[in-house]
Amino acid sequence: MNDQGATTTAAAEQTTAPPVRRAKQHPKDRLLRGDRLPHIWCPTCGIGTCVNSFVEAIEETGIPEEKFAVVSGIGCTGRVAGYVRLDSFHTTHGRAIPFATGLHLGNPELKVIVFSGDGDLVAIGGNHLIHAARRNIDITVICVNNFIYGMTGGQLAPTTPHDARTTTSPHGNHEYPFTLPHLVASCGASYVARWTALHVRRMRRAMVEAIQHRGFSFIEVIAPCSTLYARKNRLGTGYDLMKFYHDNCDVRHGADTSELDIGFQSRIAVGKFVDCEKPTFLDRISAGRGGP
Amino acid sequence: MSSQRGAVLTGEHFMNGDVAAAEGALAAGCTFFAGYPITPATEVAERMAERLPDIGGTYIQMEDEIASMAAILGAAWGGRKSMTSTSGPGFSLMQENLGLGYMTETPCVLVNVQRGGPSTGLPTLVGQQDMMQARWGSHGDYEVIALAPNSPQECFDLTIAAFNLAETYRLPVLLMTDEVVGHMTEKVVIPEAGTIELAERPLSQATPDAYRPYEPQENLVPEMVTAGQGYRLHVTGLTHDERGYPAVVAPVQMRTVPRLVEKIRHNRDRILRYEEDGVEGADVVVVSYGITSRVALMAVEEARRRKLKVGFLRLIVAWPFPEERIRTLAAQVQGFVVPEINLGQMALEVERCAAGAAKTVLVPHAGGAVHDPQTIIAAIEEAHA
Repeated sequence: MNDQGATTTAAAEQTTAPPVRRAKQHPKDRLLRGDRLPHIWCPTCGIGTCVNSFVEAIEETGIPEEKFAVVSGIGCTGRVAGYVRLDSFHTTHGRAIPFATGLHLGNPELKVIVFSGDGDLVAIGGNHLIHAARRNIDITVICVNNFIYGMTGGQLAPTTPHDARTTTSPHGNHEYPFTLPHLVASCGASYVARWTALHVRRMRRAMVEAIQHRGFSFIEVIAPCSTLYARKNRLGTGYDLMKFYHDNCDVRHGADTSELDIGFQSRIAVGKFVDCEKPTFLDRISAGRGGP
Repeated sequence: MSSQRGAVLTGEHFMNGDVAAAEGALAAGCTFFAGYPITPATEVAERMAERLPDIGGTYIQMEDEIASMAAILGAAWGGRKSMTSTSGPGFSLMQENLGLGYMTETPCVLVNVQRGGPSTGLPTLVGQQDMMQARWGSHGDYEVIALAPNSPQECFDLTIAAFNLAETYRLPVLLMTDEVVGHMTEKVVIPEAGTIELAERPLSQATPDAYRPYEPQENLVPEMVTAGQGYRLHVTGLTHDERGYPAVVAPVQMRTVPRLVEKIRHNRDRILRYEEDGVEGADVVVVSYGITSRVALMAVEEARRRKLKVGFLRLIVAWPFPEERIRTLAAQVQGFVVPEINLGQMALEVERCAAGAAKTVLVPHAGGAVHDPQTIIAAIEEAHA
């Protein structure tokens, strides 16, 4: 994997690069960095679908585009910040949320979106995730969960279902995975939803709601990784995983988040589980000095 | 309940070094602080928590030092002057995001009130053992700016200087103080707000289409914009080209990373600060910094009473190191004496720059207390021999 498309030096572009043949403009080009494409994601990866829903959601909110800032960590989904034509920050592994917290508090007029993967946000960045939810910081976190570490070649994640195989769980995963909606809801997140990369319209709708929500909003998007997760577990292609979502997802709005576990090839509950109003971190600050 | 106070507490105060650093930050225009409690730096955070609401600033206690460092980088891109404070263990945790700050050229200030290490070490007692970590602690190649105050007054003054350097050269600047200076209470004079010189980051006036976020100006520092202004900038810790786009190839690495180093080396003469006394004609020069410089001065005065020709050189800016000055002095003196509360860190720099032209005598101290001046006097005598 590389960033060849984007890495030609300025000098090389002027002297040696062949003239770029521009394809017909994509309807979302205005919100994507066309000069950085093609992207690095594998065929049938679900991340591109999430990005498409995201840019549609941005348009749907009607909020001026310059008010958005996207923050990513490291990993496949961590590359999202590099492809959206918005103020965007590609930070260190696991630290997108605290960076985003500073960015939001530095300029509360921004709509700060953290777009990153399950390994980045929940393993190395897990501490920041739970504390941002606890504070009800007014940012949106979109967590693309493909059950595996993609960028490094298919290792065990804290979301890998029990018994699933990865390069570092070659005999099957002995660990219990996190249930992300349950984790963040129990910590105080005020908007929590889960969809899959198949549910593009519902995902977009959830993103609109999350962006407009005041407080900490969290969307888990279950997404196919055919190159690694499907191959290691003999689940076929990305298409087969999408077909699996089609056949095995239950829309359960308002479900008890303690009942949302995902087992290996088990049915997947999707929907909006939490949507409540409560004062944000900044609301609490502007409410003034308290205490005895 | 305190009354509302402005950012600059003009007047004479009796305060410790930690509190003075916090006041220096406020006087420099800092409006964002993210931190995590740690002895002996906690008083910096406490003061900021108390004072920032007075001036419309934002304080947040993060879940750890990793998050604190990340948050001040984020706030800087949100347009704020931002700061965090910590001590040894927290400084270690901040190293990765410090590197992100160097790579993305993000102005901010980190106060490290040094204590004895390694590991948990001596939480309540002094050390100067993070000087090399300050220089080399994050992975990869970069240059740093680190200041070393030796009094509460200097904690105030040098925190302002740290912000000015951070804004001018676009990097995280380190205030490398120590437990004794941090907890020492002395008179601190805070001047009128209008008399304090403040530097601001170089802001681009280019249109969003023309703006290239990492194209350096003549002084090798690129102009900055902040999020939300319509520039749609991209900022990444990956090696990036002038557009800020990832360019993970050797040719771009070979011009991006050397510039991060050169922007400090090229401007070194504007950054360097040291204080000298009786150096000309001296046989031996004592090189020290931070709290140790105050003990060293006692030793120098005593040695002079014993008719030894001893010079005194105090590093105010420890990094970049005054290489040329030490080289010049090495040709004139018999030796350098370097007392420091570690087992030999800045002494290595003195020895490197002396390059055999003069000997370097380290006066080590493992930490937990300041030097006994007698050990420094003995080293001065040894350097004469």
